Amino acid sequence: MFGLELISGSVQAIATVGLVFAEAITLYVGYGALSSTLGQVIIDAVGGD
Amino acid sequence: MAIFGMGLTMAAVFIGFGLLIGTLFGFFGMGGSFLVTPALLVMGYPSTVAVGSGLAFVFGTSVIGALRHRDHGQVDYKLAGIMTVAMTLGIEGGKSVVFFLEATGMADLIINVAYVGLLAGVGLLTLRDAWSDSGDDTSSDLADRVQAIRIPPMVTLRGGVRVSAAIIFAVGLAIGVLSGFLGVGGGFLLMPAMMYGLGVPAAIAVGTDILQITISGAFGAFTYAQSGAVALPVVGFLLLGSALGARIGAGVTKLVDEDEIKGYFAAMLLAGSIAVASNKLGNVYGIELLNTVSTVLIFGAALLVSSAVVIAAVCRLRGDRPGHGVNSLHRRCAQYCVRHTTTFESVSR
Repeated sequence: MFGLELISGSVQAIATVGLVFAEAITLYVGYGALSSTLGQVIIDAVGGD
Repeated sequence: MAIFGMGLTMAAVFIGFGLLIGTLFGFFGMGGSFLVTPALLVMGYPSTVAVGSGLAFVFGTSVIGALRHRDHGQVDYKLAGIMTVAMTLGIEGGKSVVFFLEATGMADLIINVAYVGLLAGVGLLTLRDAWSDSGDDTSSDLADRVQAIRIPPMVTLRGGVRVSAAIIFAVGLAIGVLSGFLGVGGGFLLMPAMMYGLGVPAAIAVGTDILQITISGAFGAFTYAQSGAVALPVVGFLLLGSALGARIGAGVTKLVDEDEIKGYFAAMLLAGSIAVASNKLGNVYGIELLNTVSTVLIFGAALLVSSAVVIAAVCRLRGDRPGHGVNSLHRRCAQYCVRHTTTFESVSR
């Protein structure tokens, strides 16, 4: 999966942790952009405005 | 249809589960591997993959949680740095204690009793503090006494707390020993230690706790990934849900009262202690029902507490906006808020 089986040991571990980190940052930025666009609308909707 | 070797239904289950865990993690700064590892074990993943994937997931979620808390100014880097160094040293000490106990053949019994006792003890202490005025006095008395110890160098933490770096180091070392001894991340010990022992405000304790978990989670994930024991598709889908949940959970800490955070935290710990005790008894006496009770308790408590947290935040949002139209959600919310407020107020008075 993800081509990581072709490498081994510490390199594989660094690649795995790096992939998880990259996904986390991407999601943080992506959801951040989404919440800055829609956040107030949702808060207002939930708040009943 | 499969994505990264996983069916759509399973992918949706993992994303939903991630959302639930992310909300709890963003709110409490704990609960990641505590919930993911047992879930993966129940689904039939080998124990090393369950633990390794749990750690990788905790790392990813805590990166997002820490960034979110940083945005809210709820991370103290000095505190996190000292705690991380002290806990790393302490964990090595805790492992040595485990190896010594294994040689005597008493390790399993002592570790299990200590784990259940600590979860229950910290849970009861937190519950007492959340529900009583006298509890607040006791915890602030302890923090005042700790802050009065002037061993240099003194450091000033966020929230105006001034405390000895040596004391912070000693607290971190003690938590590290317990973490290494029990084989847990230590989040459930670190957060109350910062709140009650050092007098750090709850929101900053959560943010700092998450930063520390990020560092230890990265190290743990790296260790397991060396032997290929991380299921990346599982971690990926869990993260997809938890990234949103962590954002919601961290945002809610700004809306919900400190005492409410403590109350929910205590409920999670008490449910966890009963679940662990039930699981261990089930294994010892071969009673499958107790193992089922344990699983239901862990996931039921997670679902109930995360729902309560979100409802409390919705109540606060609606309470801050008087004059809006009354609808069924508002009525249900108002009823919940009245019950909730009455419970806390009647107990504290």
